[in-house]
Amino acid sequence: MRRTRRLRAGAPTARRRACAFACAGVLAMWLAGTTSAARQPTAPSDAGRPVVVGSKPFGESYLLAELFAQILEARGLPVRRAFGLGGTEIVFPALRQGAIDVFPEYTGSGLLVILKAPPVSDPAVVFDTISREFARQYDVRWLAPLGFENTYAMSVRTELADRLGLRTLSDFARISGEMRAGFTADFIGLPDGLPGLRAAYGLAPKTVSALAPAVKYQALVDGQVDIIDAYSTDGLLARYPLTVLEDDRHFFPPYDAAAVVRGALARERPAAVAALAELSGRFDVTRMRRLNARVEVNGEPMAIVARDALVELGLVAGTATVAATGPAPQVSLVRYLWDRRASIAAMSARHLWLAGVSLGGAILVGVLAGVALSRSRWAEPVTRGVGLLQTVPGIALLAFMLPVLGIGTAPAIAALFLYSLYPIVRNTVTGVREADRGAIEAAEALGMTPWQVLTWVRVPLAMPVIMAGIRTAAVINVGTATLAAFVGGGGLGDPIVAGLALADSRMVLSGAIPAAALAVLVDVTLSGAQRLLTPKAFR
Amino acid sequence: MAALALEAAGVSKRYGAVVALDAVSLTVAHGECVALVGESGSGKSTLLRVFNALTRIDSGHARTDGQDVAARDPVALRRAVGYVPQDGGLLPHWTVARNAALVPVLTGRPDAGALAAAALDSVGLPASQFGQRWPRELSGGQRQRVAFARALAASPRIVLLDEPFGALDAITRGDLQDLFVALRRRIGMAALLVTHDLHEASLVADRVAVMYQGRLEQVATPAALAAAPATPYVAALLRRARIPTGARA
Repeated sequence: MRRTRRLRAGAPTARRRACAFACAGVLAMWLAGTTSAARQPTAPSDAGRPVVVGSKPFGESYLLAELFAQILEARGLPVRRAFGLGGTEIVFPALRQGAIDVFPEYTGSGLLVILKAPPVSDPAVVFDTISREFARQYDVRWLAPLGFENTYAMSVRTELADRLGLRTLSDFARISGEMRAGFTADFIGLPDGLPGLRAAYGLAPKTVSALAPAVKYQALVDGQVDIIDAYSTDGLLARYPLTVLEDDRHFFPPYDAAAVVRGALARERPAAVAALAELSGRFDVTRMRRLNARVEVNGEPMAIVARDALVELGLVAGTATVAATGPAPQVSLVRYLWDRRASIAAMSARHLWLAGVSLGGAILVGVLAGVALSRSRWAEPVTRGVGLLQTVPGIALLAFMLPVLGIGTAPAIAALFLYSLYPIVRNTVTGVREADRGAIEAAEALGMTPWQVLTWVRVPLAMPVIMAGIRTAAVINVGTATLAAFVGGGGLGDPIVAGLALADSRMVLSGAIPAAALAVLVDVTLSGAQRLLTPKAFR
Repeated sequence: MAALALEAAGVSKRYGAVVALDAVSLTVAHGECVALVGESGSGKSTLLRVFNALTRIDSGHARTDGQDVAARDPVALRRAVGYVPQDGGLLPHWTVARNAALVPVLTGRPDAGALAAAALDSVGLPASQFGQRWPRELSGGQRQRVAFARALAASPRIVLLDEPFGALDAITRGDLQDLFVALRRRIGMAALLVTHDLHEASLVADRVAVMYQGRLEQVATPAALAAAPATPYVAALLRRARIPTGARA
């Protein structure tokens, strides 16, 4: 930020505005969270209650959370894992609510994204600020940092860097008008991302594409983009011939990784905090990059990599089960799926359960509401309002519900319920309205009561249209149920989210293939139900 | 005295700025068949629907079977009066037998099935052969016969028919007209029948009521109508129609 290194009173309004929209929802939730905090049951002396460890949906966050979980378990504390929660807007409110007890965060993100304070480059000042402000504002504690920084590593192909003599971000900024950028979606919007870089360096790429972390590197190496926002500890960074551009104006704040814990956990479960604190200062950037590479490049299971790290550090007894021997042998996809059949079956069952409960509720409410609305002048506005729900992105919907429903099964089912509602309501309204006019008039003229006309004539005649809506909703529901993973709801979204975070396409497929199969299965089953429920005359 | 089957006295009805019925007065005696004749928009269907409370009138009085329509429970009124719409209006998801049994079922008669079977027999569709079929498996004429059976199954003293032959081909229409005349001769119910065809009206009705722009132009027997049209509109209507009885103007 030019020469401004110290904490400043105000940030430029443009940057403020850039993040205002993204942050508004989070802010609203915090406000709501404050009011509903009292509802959260707290059991101060319940030592048997598991410590809930959360993580965000990217590789290092998973691995750090797994380290947290294993050190807690090693110290005899029961743990529940809620990994891959959908970003800061889910994880942090979940922590404040007590839905999770601890998750890994970076000091710079805490300062800029959560506190929305202006950037500061002195790590000690940043840590002081966030420690003080998180305790004061949110009753949340930052444990001492783990010892490594994971900052943005703005990376270009080495070939390009050599050809154009690019060494620093300033070098790149001069030619950025000719360059195509591929950034993660949140980097494009965050104050410590593109808006900030634009202000600090005048960086203005010709095009900016939002890329998932999993495809960023490949897109860069393939020459589809010219610069990406890598993370300095990414395991993939060393895998490709890439050059990290130096942040010569010291724009990025320090991003020291640390455990963030709920104040109540610190007060009520000091043993848990003590266990987590054993990790403080033990991970330098070399170690972390190596661990990340074992997970992200070699595809080794996270649990084993985390355990090996704790053994190496002498924090748990035992020997490292697997030496870091390079990439694990690639088995065929079929073999990979077969080896995991038990867990895939369990996740599929969970997935179906989430979809079934939410769809059942949506059928009940949607058909009743549709029938009730069909004869009312409110039908169009209400149906359209329900349709608007469809346009709310999944993560945002989950974030809005978090203050009331927390994380886990409830918000997942609620979100799926809301997403299933529209096709059912719309088709029911349309079907009931447009049922055979002549038949309805005759039924009225011969003395059916309005209720008889509805239940004997309108609804049976509308049944094929209603069932078509239910089938549409079911397929949407089964497909969307993967978002349960973002709130720890389980199901086939877990391997999809984790696989995307770890750039492991087989893991993604181990969730995506069964999810697609389930969608087809559900549609086929419902087409059978449709045949049974359609009046015989129309079959 | 024996009350009239249907009686409208100074009945008016507006839809927004459109006057659908303009002080219409008409009577139908028990056992009589009156045909309401007029072009589209003349108000004839609106008037028909006054008598089973499907049209709510703005002013005037309407009585069905001697009772003020406005004072009766519309559902009970409709169950007591037969009704045949133009296109049959059968419930497509019900069998022929269930369609025919509709009104006796609504009124809770235990012999609904037998009544429906008898009614189907009387329209030439034996229940044993046609009862279990779906409406879509029948021809247009057969569907209209089922609609007649449904209207008559509960033996109403009054039947309202809204262009009951309108959607049929010429041959089928003739068959259905013959059936209607035969049923009336046997059962003797009062009927109010809407048609746009003066020829058809004179074939099946005792009296013809000509409507034009919401008003009754003339009410008379077919012969009297043909002999002495009361208004230029009726005269023009007669010139276009082929009337089998009485003198030609």
